[in-house]
Amino acid sequence: MSKSVLFELGVEELPARFIDDALAQLKAKTVQWMADNRIPYTDIIGYATPRRLAVKITGVEEKQPDIEEEAKGPAKKIALDEEGNWTKAAIGFSKGQGKDVDDIYFKEVKGTEYVHVNKFIEGEATSQLLQNFREVFLALTFPKNMRWGSRDLRYARPIRWMVGLFGDEVIPFSIESVETGKRTFGHRFLGEEIVIEEADRYEDTLVDQYVIASVDKRRTEILNQLKQLESEQGWKLILDEELLDEVTHLVEYPTVFSGSFSKEFLEVPEEALITSMKEHQRYFPVRSVQGDLIPYFVGVRNGDEQYLDVVARGNEKVLKARLKDAQFFYEEDQKGSIDGKLEKLSRMVYQEELGTLADKVQRIIAITGKLSEWLGLDEEQQRKAKRAAEICKFDLVTQMVDEFTELQGVMGEKYAHIFGEDEEVAKAINEHYMPRQANGAVPSTTIGSIVSIADKLDTIVGSVSIGIIPTGSQDPYGLRRQALGILQTLTAHGYSVPVEKLIDLVHQFYFELDLPTRNEKEVRDDLHEFFRVRAAYLMREERMDPDIVEAVLNSGIGIFSTTKEKASLLVEKRFDPTFKHVHEALGRVLNLAEKAESSNIDESLFENEKERKLYEVYLSIHEPFIKEIQEGRPSSALSTLSELAGPIHEFFDTTMVMAEDEKVRHNRLGLLKLIADDVYTFADLNAIEWKQQF
Amino acid sequence: MNIQEMILTLQNHWSNQGCLLMQAYDTEKGAGTMSPMTLLRSLGPEPWNVAYVEPSRRPADGRYGQNPNRLYQHHQFQVIMKPSPDNIQELYLESLEALGIDPKKHDIRFVEDNWENPTLGAAGLGWEVWLDGMEITQFTYFQQIGGLEARPVSAEITYGLERLASYIQDKENVFELEWTDGVTVGDIFAQPEYEHSVYTFEASDEKMLFDLFSTYEQEAQRIMEQGLVFPAYDYVLKCSHTFNLLDAKGVISVTERTGYISRVRNLARKIAKTYVEERERLGFPMLKEEESNHE
Repeated sequence: MSKSVLFELGVEELPARFIDDALAQLKAKTVQWMADNRIPYTDIIGYATPRRLAVKITGVEEKQPDIEEEAKGPAKKIALDEEGNWTKAAIGFSKGQGKDVDDIYFKEVKGTEYVHVNKFIEGEATSQLLQNFREVFLALTFPKNMRWGSRDLRYARPIRWMVGLFGDEVIPFSIESVETGKRTFGHRFLGEEIVIEEADRYEDTLVDQYVIASVDKRRTEILNQLKQLESEQGWKLILDEELLDEVTHLVEYPTVFSGSFSKEFLEVPEEALITSMKEHQRYFPVRSVQGDLIPYFVGVRNGDEQYLDVVARGNEKVLKARLKDAQFFYEEDQKGSIDGKLEKLSRMVYQEELGTLADKVQRIIAITGKLSEWLGLDEEQQRKAKRAAEICKFDLVTQMVDEFTELQGVMGEKYAHIFGEDEEVAKAINEHYMPRQANGAVPSTTIGSIVSIADKLDTIVGSVSIGIIPTGSQDPYGLRRQALGILQTLTAHGYSVPVEKLIDLVHQFYFELDLPTRNEKEVRDDLHEFFRVRAAYLMREERMDPDIVEAVLNSGIGIFSTTKEKASLLVEKRFDPTFKHVHEALGRVLNLAEKAESSNIDESLFENEKERKLYEVYLSIHEPFIKEIQEGRPSSALSTLSELAGPIHEFFDTTMVMAEDEKVRHNRLGLLKLIADDVYTFADLNAIEWKQQF
Repeated sequence: MNIQEMILTLQNHWSNQGCLLMQAYDTEKGAGTMSPMTLLRSLGPEPWNVAYVEPSRRPADGRYGQNPNRLYQHHQFQVIMKPSPDNIQELYLESLEALGIDPKKHDIRFVEDNWENPTLGAAGLGWEVWLDGMEITQFTYFQQIGGLEARPVSAEITYGLERLASYIQDKENVFELEWTDGVTVGDIFAQPEYEHSVYTFEASDEKMLFDLFSTYEQEAQRIMEQGLVFPAYDYVLKCSHTFNLLDAKGVISVTERTGYISRVRNLARKIAKTYVEERERLGFPMLKEEESNHE
């Protein structure tokens, strides 16, 4: 008869941010463990609260299934000696299988007779096997581990009790001298120490002890209470999913409460109020149905409805002190001037090897200047871009941003307004941090985009220069996201600047600054590669085929929007039968051109009309082709390049490239190299798997 | 309950748990953790259980006695238990009940908060304890001190006395808290708060402070080389406070800052290492005592 199994690990309060992942691991590792141990079961259910991780396995059989299997031994001629007696080999085999020579029979395998025995392995008792389940708990990994007392184990938090049950029978094992039993603990204050009579009664027993063990049920419970409060009060709560998850992991028995604060605080920018409520206190801020922030907040208590008014009043008091701080910061920050705040940047380290924030700002100004020029901004716009670059970091010295880092830029824009800066300049301060998360919105204004690109380029080039290059899952400075941000911003605004040109510009700045950097060329190569990989990632996100992505990126990232257009074009051409003769011609040129030593052409060495004609056609298309590439018109460029296809085929039909005469040979290879250079400017066509069919 | 009664209650509670009651350490410091009663004694294998009140100076938090929540100097009630007992959380919660806080009538939570002090090469994992949304205690399991692994692990409990009192006495302004019946925090500390703020932000002699810093640092180095751990550590504490005064005045440049911190850290590491070596040379006397008690 099948029964349920329950394991519960009781711990001191786990960090909320660990819980989702720990629960997912616990479930996955239990599935694996049950499979490895060949124990049949019906279902696996996971539970997690701040004080416990638990798993219930239903429909667990009493024992592993028995196994009958046939074991093959030595060949018959080895198993029997000349007199027909069992040899040592045969005896050894049967013993090894836990059998006797009498159990041996012969069976033919591929024309030869072999010794066999039938083996029967009796399934082990599940209750026995389950005693090893501790390995599942010990296999869980956490972002941070600790020791406690005099113990050796490192774990997320100290382990205080364990439950191990198969039906109503205790599964004995221990971790760090904590032994399994039937005892568990209810809610820290409302519940008590209690016995779980049998595995199936786990959830019910705990509910009576003010613990909702299921994460989903707790989350739903909170959400329902929040919704109810919304409809009762006519409010609209700012229901941040992440906050809801966090709060779910901070309580075992949730009860929603609400409180209010003085209206006077509403003069502080709402971003600051919301952040203070969310980050510091884990409250849900409240809006009116019209969408205005109103002076109320909603919290979730770990407990029941008793004395809820005391809890609400206590929380109101704390929030008041918090908001007073925010108000104080807001008023203080408005004193002085932007220039005064900028001075302080020279006392803030950006990166030990890369100087202060003031140093960084100087570099942003320089990069912004170049970019504004390249993008053809008019004088007034250039002036505004420069101002935005100068003051883009000033809010980092404000008390508000010191308190709430995530408000950087947001407060910058607000304060810039107050200090009378130009509208566009103020907005750029906020926008230069965009995109703020992966795939977030890019800056909407030109000035915001330029300063954003300048800041990010500076960060990436600076970091790579001193050897900070993301590896695997390690990217503490978010360099990947920033590189993606640059590429996305360039594309969104259609800026025709080759990415390599940008990288080289900033790279140049760094090496002129005489910072303690690595080998100049190495850094440059690393940077190009870093951006190339990011570009490839973005293109594959758009479902472009890997071979085509490689083909176009082998010619560099260039103007990224153009490069993407090239790729889309080649995706079409891959299946286009009329393109076959073009790529065959150009591909053949690419292959042969590898043998060329130079691309110097001596026209007097031409021996036939076809090679002369190919050269002439090349001369006629080369400049228009380059121009079309530079102007970001890849479709026209490819048509232009295609004009070479006919002459190339005719050339190969009539001309022996590898001629005896060395000079003639080099001249011909040189011609092919000239053409190949143009083809590579477009894409490495030979990297593509062509699929045209007639 | 006034602050004086709170202190007596906490002392009684932790004394009953076997903690030595120590007095505040007589050198300026930013937190109770920096007392040698915590920082040095939590190193090495010897058991150590202690509780004390520590006046803690944070020059940058000085507000001329005008801010209802911030102080140049506040008071911490500090508890160290090494090795951390299995029921340390329960012992802590009982102390709140002793202070008249009935957990059933409030919302008490343990919210992740990890502590790190790079200057002292120290780090720990634990929580801030919330009482109806207010942080009233730091609860930390030391993992590393002075760059050395903490084994066994000490549990550190740091109550913010003024915070807790403002809740218990239901006062919004720290200066209105009653130290004892009829005497407020303001009566005792308003003038020093004001004067220390004036001194810190306006009147201090920077040159003298810079000189003092170097002098203290050199002295710490010098006597460290003679293996005199406790005197050397006192000078490290003096360095730290002098640094905080200079920092609050905003006269420490970036390069100086990094340099100072790394020099103090190296000193702290050396002291930690030497402390453990000295205790070992003495045969870890408190370990023996503990063992003989069990016999």
